[in-house]
Amino acid sequence: MSEAVREAQKKGRPVIRNVDFGDITYRGYYKQPPSALVSILHRVSGAGLFLFLPFLLYLFQESLRSEISFAHFKGVFENGFVKLIILGLSWAYLHHFTAGIRHLFMDNHIALDKDDSQKTARWVLTISLALTVLVALKLFGVF
Amino acid sequence: MQGFDTKKNIGQRRLVVGAHYGMRDWLAQRLTAILMAVFTIVLLVSFLTGQNFTYEGWAGLFARQWFKLFTMVTFFGMFYHVWVGIRDIWMDYIKSVGLRLTLQSLTILWLLACAAWTVQILWSV
Repeated sequence: MSEAVREAQKKGRPVIRNVDFGDITYRGYYKQPPSALVSILHRVSGAGLFLFLPFLLYLFQESLRSEISFAHFKGVFENGFVKLIILGLSWAYLHHFTAGIRHLFMDNHIALDKDDSQKTARWVLTISLALTVLVALKLFGVF
Repeated sequence: MQGFDTKKNIGQRRLVVGAHYGMRDWLAQRLTAILMAVFTIVLLVSFLTGQNFTYEGWAGLFARQWFKLFTMVTFFGMFYHVWVGIRDIWMDYIKSVGLRLTLQSLTILWLLACAAWTVQILWSV
């Protein structure tokens, strides 16, 4: 343990124990740093993609099997509610993708310290949202 | 080479080859991630730059043998990746050993079924 940390404890720095889900969310007692947000969203997006796997494989199947099933696939896809689900899953995929690339950099000991890791966490949040906006514009036929 | 005496096999002296200690799954998660990232970039670029999305164009892409195999290998890698991630989630939150083992077993069976389904989809084109 470094000197600085020991000093801080002597000065009666608050010790945070048993922080529960409410404390870090709706009660807002402890603000989560960007890296914590990226981390939990990496898990949530992965779990969400796993749960929607049968739906995605079903869409994949309909898009490829035949020209008739492709028309059916397009019909399902045109539904506004389905488009929103696809958009949500696109965000989940793109977040998981960008956060995963951040992990690969960290595996190679790049941007491991406190400041850099928060900076890259902000990039992950920004880039994944920007890519999702691009996909949304394409999905809703803007370009 | 260290022996298997437990007192000599902890901390910095831990034998890191042979019994894996999760190294294999960790590495598999990374390698499959790189594979999926390459596949994602190929598909994302073709989606964002594509103009009219027709059955001929889409099925034509997957009709090529090399692309079928590329997709299959990527999906199989993805299912291994999913196994590592979902197993971590069960290990973190499910405290009951019986329930955890059940969920882990079901996850393996489900992912095997998905892998077979993927093959069926790809070779239907």
